[in-house]
Amino acid sequence: MDIKIKGTKPSRRNFLTGAMAAGGAAVSASFARAQGAPDPAITELQPWRNQLGDGVDARPYGVPSKYASEAVRRDVPWLTADPISSVNFTPLHELDGIITPNGLCFERHHGGVADVDPAEYRLMINGLVDKEIVFTLEDLMRYPRENHVYFLECAANSGMEWAGAQLNGCQFTHGMIHNVMYTGIPLRLLLEEAGVQAGGKWLLAEGADASAMTRSIPMEKALDDCLVAFKMNGEALRPEQGYPVRLVVPGWEGNMWIKWLRRLEVGDEPWHHREETSKYTDLLANGQARRFTWEMDAKSVITSPSPQAPITHGKGWTVVTGIAWSGRGTIPRVDVTLDGGKNWHQARMSGPSFNKSVHRFYYEFEWDGSPLLLQSRAHDSTGYVQPTKNELRAIRGENSIYHNNGIQTWYVNENGEAENVEIS
Amino acid sequence: MSKFLKIFVPALGGATGILAISYMMADQLVVDIPAPVREAIAVRAAYAEEVKAQAAADAEAAAALAAQMEAAGHAPSIEGGYGLGRPALTEEVAAWNTDIRPDGMGLPEGSGDVWTGEEVFVEKCAMCHGDFGEAVGRWPVLAGGQGTLENEDPVKTIGSYWPYLSTVYDYVNRAMPFGDASTLTPDEVYAITAYLLYLNNEVEDDFTLSSDNFTEVRLPNEENFFMDDRMDTEFPVFIRADICMENCKDEVEITMHASVLDVTPEEEGASEEDALNEEAATTTEESTTEVAAQETTEEAPAEEPAVEMAAFDPELAAAGERVFGKCRACHKVGDGARNGTGPQLNGIVGRGIGALEDFRYSDVFQEAHANGETWDEERLGAFLANPRDAMPRTRMSFAGLRDQGDIDAVIDYLKSVDQ
Repeated sequence: MDIKIKGTKPSRRNFLTGAMAAGGAAVSASFARAQGAPDPAITELQPWRNQLGDGVDARPYGVPSKYASEAVRRDVPWLTADPISSVNFTPLHELDGIITPNGLCFERHHGGVADVDPAEYRLMINGLVDKEIVFTLEDLMRYPRENHVYFLECAANSGMEWAGAQLNGCQFTHGMIHNVMYTGIPLRLLLEEAGVQAGGKWLLAEGADASAMTRSIPMEKALDDCLVAFKMNGEALRPEQGYPVRLVVPGWEGNMWIKWLRRLEVGDEPWHHREETSKYTDLLANGQARRFTWEMDAKSVITSPSPQAPITHGKGWTVVTGIAWSGRGTIPRVDVTLDGGKNWHQARMSGPSFNKSVHRFYYEFEWDGSPLLLQSRAHDSTGYVQPTKNELRAIRGENSIYHNNGIQTWYVNENGEAENVEIS
Repeated sequence: MSKFLKIFVPALGGATGILAISYMMADQLVVDIPAPVREAIAVRAAYAEEVKAQAAADAEAAAALAAQMEAAGHAPSIEGGYGLGRPALTEEVAAWNTDIRPDGMGLPEGSGDVWTGEEVFVEKCAMCHGDFGEAVGRWPVLAGGQGTLENEDPVKTIGSYWPYLSTVYDYVNRAMPFGDASTLTPDEVYAITAYLLYLNNEVEDDFTLSSDNFTEVRLPNEENFFMDDRMDTEFPVFIRADICMENCKDEVEITMHASVLDVTPEEEGASEEDALNEEAATTTEESTTEVAAQETTEEAPAEEPAVEMAAFDPELAAAGERVFGKCRACHKVGDGARNGTGPQLNGIVGRGIGALEDFRYSDVFQEAHANGETWDEERLGAFLANPRDAMPRTRMSFAGLRDQGDIDAVIDYLKSVDQ
C-alpha cells in the first residue's frame, strides 16, 4: 500500500465537532434526569414495553441494533488511489473484549474482493514435493481441524504515524488489526500429504484474486503453527476475509495470510515477489532496507477514551480500556499512564490470554476533570516492552512505513475530548 | 495446552522443592532433639516424604494429562498422509505455476524490445502509471527516484528501490493490467519490462529483453536489502527488566497535534450530526459552510430529470462487462459508485458531459458541459475509439478501444447497469 506521510489537507473537518455534538447530547440527557424530576424513561410507558416487537423471522441473519450503527469500518480515501486496492479500518473504539465481530474486521485488498464459487474452489500443492496434489473444498473438510484465536495485524498499521501524529482516532491509527477464532487444518498435514522433499525450505502461498497475491514463507513456520482456515468465529470466512479458504500465519504480518488461497508451492529459495520487495520491506534512514520482517512486535493502544470515544460523563469514575498484542507470545502486563509517562499504573488484564491473540486491559480511576495525557505500554511474554515512537525513530528513521509499534498518546482536555498527539 | 504445562508443572515443582528442603533440615536436626520430639519429627518427615512422593506423582500425572490434552487438541499426523486429494495433472500445474524467481526459474520463452514495450505500456498501463511511469494521481510511480532513499520523501521505484527484475516480470504477469489481469502474452510482458528498464535509464532504447538475457540484468539497489535484524538491534534495547513506574520524568510537553494536520476523514452519515454541529460551540464557520455544500450536493440528484432508459442487448452487455475491466481501475459503476481517478459512470448514456459537480473535469469537458452537451451513443463511441481525438486535451490517458465490437459492448454494458 502506498501511504503518503505528509499530505496536503483534503479535509478541513474540525475533528472535535462530531465528538462534542454526540457527547453533548448524552451529557445533557443524563444530567437532566438527576435534578429531582422523575425520569420519564422510567415513569412513561415506552413503546418497546407496550407494543410487540419483530418476530423470529424478521432477520434470518441478525444485524446490530440501529442504535449501534456507529460501529462500522471506515476508510481514509486519500490514502490510496482507489477503493479497490485499498484498506478500511476496524472500529476499535466501539469494541470491547478480545474478539472482533466478523463484519467489522478491517479489509485490505489488492484486486478487490474475489467472489470464489466454492464448487470451483481448488487448492494445489506443487514444487519440491513427492506428490503434486489438487484438493477440493470437500477434500479439505475431511482433515482434522483445530481452533485457535489469533490476531491479524497489517504491517502498515500505524504506518501513517511515523512522521508524527496524523489521524484522529484509534480506528485510523491502529484499526488494521482484528482478532478472530479460526477453524482450520494445520498446514503441516497438507504438506505431509504432498511429502516435502529435502530441499524444500520455502513455501510460496498464492491467492485466487485479481492480484494473485503471493508471499514466501519459510518452511519452519509453515510446519509450525500455520493453518489453512475456512471458518472465522464459527461461521464461513467472509468474502472479504478470503472465502472459502485463507492462510493463517500466527503472529506474522497480515499480508502473508493469503486470502482465497489457491496454491502452495514448495521451493528451495524465497521468490522475492512484489509484496516482499517493493512493499513490506522497511526502509531505514541510511537508505538500506530490512526484508522479511515477519513478526509483529508487541504493541498496545487505549481504545477508550480516544478521539472517537471522548469522555462524556464529566468528572468521577472513568474506565480506561484498550488492547495489547504480540506476535511472539502473550501479554502478561500492560501499564497505563494518565500524565504522559511521569507515573505509570499496572492495568488489569481481563479475558482469556491466548498465544498471539489480542488481550484486553482496563484501568479504572476517578477523573478530576483536569487534562490527561493517556498512554499504554505492553509487556510481552518474552520480556519485550513496547517502545516509544522516538525510540523506534532513533533506530529506524521515519521512512520505514511498516512495523510502527510505538506508544500512542491521547490528549484529553477538560471537556473529555481526546486528540492524537505526540509528547516530549 | 503447552501453556498449561508451563504454568502448572513449575508450580508443582516449586511446592515439591520446598517440602524437600524442610525434610532435609528436619533430618539434620534429629541428633540433638529428645526422643519424643524426634519421633514426632520422624513421623512428620515420613509424612513430608509421602507428600513429596504424592507431589511427584501428581506432577507426573499432570504432565501426562497435559500431553494427552495436547495430543487430543492437536490434529494428528498420519504416516504417508490421509490419502485425500488427487494427483495434479501436468497441464494444471502449468496453468497456475507461473511464478518467477530472481534466478530465472519460471521464465517462459519469449522476448520484447523497448519500442514495443512503449506501445503496449501506453495502451494498457499509462492510464494509471503515466506515459513515462511518473504515475497519475496516487497510482504507483514506476520510474525515477534514484538517489532519494535517504531523503525525507524517498521515491521508491523499480529503478531506485526494487532489488530484482524478476519481480517486475512476475507482478506484471500475475496482476496487471489492473482490472484485466493475466491477459498479457509473454512477449508483451518482456516488452513492458524492457520499457520500464529504459524509463529507469537501466538500458538503451535499442535493448531487447528475452528469456536468454533476463538474468544478466541486475537492478542497482539489490545490495541494499538485508535480513530482518530486529533480534540483534532492537531486542537488546527493548527487553527491559527495570521499568520506571513513578516520577519517571519531570516535564511533559505536547510536541505535535494531529488536529494541526487535520487529515482524518469525515464521519460517514455525518448529516444526522450536522444539525447538532451547528449548535455546538466549537463549530467553525468553515465546517458549517462545508456541511451546507454537502447537503446541496446530496439533494441534487433528485432534481435531475428522469432519463429514458435505452434498450440494450443482454449478451452484448455481458461481453461489455468483461471489456470494461480495462476501465474499472479508474471508473466505477453501479450502486454507490464513487468518483475515482475518473468520474463514476452511472447513467452515462444520456448524461450531460462533465455533469458531476463533485468531479474535477478536464477543461474540454467543462466547455462541453457549459454548452449543454450530452453523451449519446455516437459521441460516446467516438470517445471510446479515440479519446484524444474526440475530446482534445482530455486528462484520461487511456488510448482507446480498437475493436468496434468492444466499443458497442461497453456501451451496452453501461446502459445495462442503469437498469
